[in-house]
Amino acid sequence: MEELSLHILDIAENSIKANASFVTIEIIEDIDTDKMEIEITDNGFGMSDKMIEKALSPFFSTRTTRKIGLGLPLFKDTVEACEGSIKLTSEINRGTKVYASLRHSHIDRPPLGEIADTILMLVISYPDRDFLYRHKKGNREFTFDTREIKEILGTEVSINHPEVRSWLLETLKSGEKELN
Amino acid sequence: MNLEELRKLKEKAQADLKVRAESAKIKIIVGMGTCGIAAGARPVMQAFLEEVERRNLKDVLITQSGCKGICAMEPVVDVEIEGEKSITYGYMTPEKAKKVIAEHIVNGTPVSEYIVSTQG
Repeated sequence: MEELSLHILDIAENSIKANASFVTIEIIEDIDTDKMEIEITDNGFGMSDKMIEKALSPFFSTRTTRKIGLGLPLFKDTVEACEGSIKLTSEINRGTKVYASLRHSHIDRPPLGEIADTILMLVISYPDRDFLYRHKKGNREFTFDTREIKEILGTEVSINHPEVRSWLLETLKSGEKELN
Repeated sequence: MNLEELRKLKEKAQADLKVRAESAKIKIIVGMGTCGIAAGARPVMQAFLEEVERRNLKDVLITQSGCKGICAMEPVVDVEIEGEKSITYGYMTPEKAKKVIAEHIVNGTPVSEYIVSTQG
């Protein structure tokens, strides 16, 4: 994957397949400590301890449900190449958390890339799920919460309505821009 | 987030509510498995969205699916039109997506050189 935002999209797809109704994506960039943290948390059906162990291996997949394939091992590879580590925690019927921490300035660290596109694709492809996206960079922070948006839209207008879609992309792009 | 603007949008959107979702007669499904994402499915989906918006096409639903096993041909896109055979395009790019919209969705002629399979 050329961008971290593509890994994030891939991992979040796992959450959807695990039947999560709420997915949180959090990115924390701290230049002072030279750290970048990425956390994807869901309330899906979770994994057993045995499954967690296997989930990071490329030779494991829950083929029938396709919950996990090459996605996590690829992400792990990227993270570890940047002097980082990945941690998987999960509880059956409660959800799963994928946490990665990597060296911000590492030469092999892929750029975050078009994270706005990643969030938009998830939000409009799964209008019945909720997403909370938070990106912290130094002392600046951008939060995007579909629950807030849906509260305004009500039941009459779907979040993937074309008029709304442009607003979503604009909101995500300008929110990201203001972090720099 | 500029929620005030969103409120105004909602009113505008309610006016042309007849469209979309369940009523969509054309479905464009982009494969978003690990293989698809790695091969460039996200910009392909983005291109479909932009093109549908630019041309103001109603009745088109753009959504995604997982890996269907033809990873070597990713990004893979299915076009399902009510009453017609479902068509699978392979090796897609944003440029090809624009052509599919113009020729298949708008003019009704599938782009044969991009087709990898036809079902139904």
